[in-house]
Amino acid sequence: MKYLTLCTLMLCLSGPAIADEFSEEDSTRWMEQFELVATEGRRLWISPEIGTNGVACAQCHPNAANTHPETYPKFQKQLGRVAQLWEMINWCIRNPLEGKDLAADDPRMIAMQAYAHKERRGVELDPGKH
Amino acid sequence: MKNIAVSNRRDFLRTTMSGVIAGMLPVSLVRLSYGKEGGPDFTFAYISDSHIQQVKGNQFVRNWDRGLIRAVAEANLLEPKPDFVVFGGDLAQLGSKPELDHGAEMLAKLNYKTFMVMGEHDYYLDLGEYWSKLYGKHYYSWNHKGVHFITLNSILTYDDWTFDRWESDERRMNEMAGLDNPNGSPFMIGAKQMEWLRKDLAKISKDTPIVVFSHSPLQKIYKGWNFWTEEADDIQAMLKPFDKVNVIYGHVHQIQYNQIGNIAFTSVMSTAWPWPYPESYALAESHLPILTVPMNRADPFNERDATGWQFMSMHTGRVDLEFNLYNNSNRTIAFNTAKGHPEDTTFTDPENRIPAQQHF
Repeated sequence: MKYLTLCTLMLCLSGPAIADEFSEEDSTRWMEQFELVATEGRRLWISPEIGTNGVACAQCHPNAANTHPETYPKFQKQLGRVAQLWEMINWCIRNPLEGKDLAADDPRMIAMQAYAHKERRGVELDPGKH
Repeated sequence: MKNIAVSNRRDFLRTTMSGVIAGMLPVSLVRLSYGKEGGPDFTFAYISDSHIQQVKGNQFVRNWDRGLIRAVAEANLLEPKPDFVVFGGDLAQLGSKPELDHGAEMLAKLNYKTFMVMGEHDYYLDLGEYWSKLYGKHYYSWNHKGVHFITLNSILTYDDWTFDRWESDERRMNEMAGLDNPNGSPFMIGAKQMEWLRKDLAKISKDTPIVVFSHSPLQKIYKGWNFWTEEADDIQAMLKPFDKVNVIYGHVHQIQYNQIGNIAFTSVMSTAWPWPYPESYALAESHLPILTVPMNRADPFNERDATGWQFMSMHTGRVDLEFNLYNNSNRTIAFNTAKGHPEDTTFTDPENRIPAQQHF
């Protein structure tokens, strides 16, 4: 038992640093990754390819305004329950855009949410607000 | 085959319009009141920003079609009958012949003389060439019952943007069609039209009431979305010597009103979709007129919410507006003679405002 503990301790001391000792370079790279996804989100936001009728998200939501990402999750009386932003994006895809739902973890859905959040940066979180 | 398709569409329009007439006529259309000064000098209707959008072939975005069909059907039922109708621009989404033709076909069902304003979505594909074939001059003026009316083409921009920047007409149209597109360019009336306006106004006595129709606001609210006209200050200076000036503008898809000197400004709604107030974009500074009590925030689950059209009454040189909001309570913005500016007849008192008018 003692031997095992010692081995584990040695492994911790001598193994590669895998925890949170991230560098400036790491943060820069992670931010770049976010920006790439948010930029793709903006491209999708103004593109007809998400729906089937040529309508784009930006037609009603310039700069993703009036999407209020900081207020989710919140109660939607029309759904009768608390919903997330991606569910409302899917509502818009199905209705004004006459398209098909995207999965919550579809890279396109993640990208569009990244863009909407980016345009709203600095606004205080206020879940539930209407 | 082609003829059959067209005639089917006409039948469809006729059927759906009678459905509208039977089921959805707002009571307010037949119960308008004109305040204490008695009847109006005359009335007119104002429909704007229908953004008719082609999907392919004879297929158009159903949602936007519905908005315009309903406005036309309701305007035809007005009592008292309006003297004329104005369409405030952006009949089409991408300025194409099929879109303009389809929109024109729906507008042609209006039982009244119709005056047209140019919008950027009608213009930037072929610089208004096909629109001109349908509707004639891009800017013009006329007199009606003692009022001088002026229609401006306020969606022009710098020549280098229009003529030298884009590899194709389609690209140019697409770049201007994106409201929030950083590649866009500020709206202008341009030097030639400015000179025309100067000459037009020179013939008018200072006590003649003036009504100006423009697509963009002739005031500077938010440049990022072209809620803006580059020469706004110069145009306002030209209009300043007149006793009573009213500017009615589209483009913004929301209720705005303002007073600058003798000039009363009022926007109109879109029949297609509403736009956020610029203050809803947290990353930029904007200047919504402080007089404005905003429209209600739209219910995203109701496709006609926060869209509509207007009925206007002209009396003693000022314009009162009734906003016929399809799925909201109507709003009335009337000129308050004592205060010297337009105001909402119900919601001006902060105590009367409702949470849905809070935008953020």
